[in-house]
Amino acid sequence: MSAPSQRRLIFQHIDEPGYTNDLACYLKHGGYEVMKRAFARKPEELIDEVKKSGLRGRGGAGFPCGVKWTLVDRKSGKPIYLVVNADESEPGTFKDRYIIHQDPHQMIEGIMISCHANNVKQAYIYIRGEFPGGARILEKAIAEARAANFVGPNILGTNYSCEIYVHRGAGAYICGEETGLIESLEGKRAYPRIKPPYFPAVLGLDQCPTIVNNVETLCHVKHIVGMGGEAYSKIGTPNNTGTRILCVSGQVQRPGYYEYEVGKITMGQLLNEVCGGPLPGRTFKAVIPGGSSAKILRFGERFKGKRKVGAEMVDYDWGVEDVPMDFDSLGMIGTMGGSGGVIVMDDSVNMVEALGNINEFYAHESCGQCTPCREGSLWMKKITGRMVHGEGRSEDGALLKNVADQIAGRTICAFGEACAWPTQSFVLKFGDEFKAYPEAKKNAPADSLKLV
Amino acid sequence: MNLKPETFSRIDEVIPHYPVKRSAALPLLHLVQEDQGYISQEAIEWIAAKLELQPINIYELVTFYPMFRQKPIGRRHIKVCRTLSCALMGGYKACGEFEKQFNTHRGEISPDGEVTIEFVECLASCGTAPVVMIDDDLHEKVDCAKARELSARIKTEAATRQ
Repeated sequence: MSAPSQRRLIFQHIDEPGYTNDLACYLKHGGYEVMKRAFARKPEELIDEVKKSGLRGRGGAGFPCGVKWTLVDRKSGKPIYLVVNADESEPGTFKDRYIIHQDPHQMIEGIMISCHANNVKQAYIYIRGEFPGGARILEKAIAEARAANFVGPNILGTNYSCEIYVHRGAGAYICGEETGLIESLEGKRAYPRIKPPYFPAVLGLDQCPTIVNNVETLCHVKHIVGMGGEAYSKIGTPNNTGTRILCVSGQVQRPGYYEYEVGKITMGQLLNEVCGGPLPGRTFKAVIPGGSSAKILRFGERFKGKRKVGAEMVDYDWGVEDVPMDFDSLGMIGTMGGSGGVIVMDDSVNMVEALGNINEFYAHESCGQCTPCREGSLWMKKITGRMVHGEGRSEDGALLKNVADQIAGRTICAFGEACAWPTQSFVLKFGDEFKAYPEAKKNAPADSLKLV
Repeated sequence: MNLKPETFSRIDEVIPHYPVKRSAALPLLHLVQEDQGYISQEAIEWIAAKLELQPINIYELVTFYPMFRQKPIGRRHIKVCRTLSCALMGGYKACGEFEKQFNTHRGEISPDGEVTIEFVECLASCGTAPVVMIDDDLHEKVDCAKARELSARIKTEAATRQ
């Protein structure tokens, strides 16, 4: 079956010749019309539209956005904050970058509709420190929107006022975790908070109810309110509605970003047809489907089980190529859709070295708060580092697994899982390569690809 | 604290963006580092006083967040992405080429004082790997040839400045 065509909702104007990131261009393309209509409606109706749409968060966890909004404590009398998670830092993910740089007003419109729906008077965009140009673009776009009365006091002549400020991070991955992000926004180290009791919806920024949504998620809100939640829910597949931007990187012919209806394209269609297959003379070996913390898939492995199609349970027997790129299917085969970052590796890659690269990342980024994660991520890095640069032992795979198994589930935040899953899945699926590594290293050509 | 007048005005502008002053710690650190090139002990104490905090409350941020530094660097900052997608496409080679071009090692100031080269973690442009940031500008698909070209450009700019 050939791949479906892209459905560009969020990326409609990305890379379009002549499309610029200023307000005039956005208005010429119908910008802020959805917001004008939304401001004439009751906030509860807007929340209902988002609930009906079935929108799931695009930052990594895939939590239903409408449910997140429903959990907000509206009785406390405290102000409600919206914080936009523009920290995009999961390795392999590069979608928000293009929204921020090329279509910032789409994002601002989504933010303002979401603020109005949730009676938010103050929003912050937490943008990663490595996007200095993006922060300047957003500040300029907000100033333009403020001058046009789309942001700021008495928006569109109503008595509703809402301000947006841009807040820059400073290079710490953990700020993408929502409670770490809130701590960082409070001017502290980004140590994630324990839940319960610190659910942002109740005790977020300065102990006030806070909504944290990803950039792409908020852009979807604009389209949901534009077309109606019902209509939006018909895009994609049941429980995996809407479109999703898939970011493909690594060893394929045409890496890049592609927007598809969720679940309508398989991994094989994406990599072989859309991305043009492996590099010349190579074959695909492995793929990480949802950012570097998602469990790796090995080409050639098969997944069997029962899944729900409509009201019926049907058997499935999939190879990696057959898996639909949606939250539930990827979850069923033991990995996740995560942030949509697909990282492809071909047969030139040694999996011990690829894991070594990932382990260095997580050891660098552990916030250090919980012992199992701080020590475990460091030990995993040291072991893979020793294997690559020093003496590898045939039992290293088992040792790595032993360390990883003691991290997941024993930490305050999901970073524990994020750093354990790569090691667990690499060792499980490529155990033979870990065993054979000391020998393989001796025979490696001098000019082979360096990953660690 | 000796800062440029526009830095002072931007500092005064940003503090009221937050319900609690402490939230302005990261923005102030960015502004001071952009002004001075690094965060000195004096800057830590000054920012703390400005936000009615203890110096340790600022110092712990400088040591936690990778982008803040306590020492000067070269005139240009070359940040090469080290993470998987870039490494798969030759990020380590690109970094080595920069080191060769400026006769220096990662984390050090080059002998001519022109650059500091560093490995950084994922820059979120994995589809155009390998990527490099030179100061605020992103450069995509940086193979060895492009690394040489970028290095030559930096050297030319340095020569015209002198």
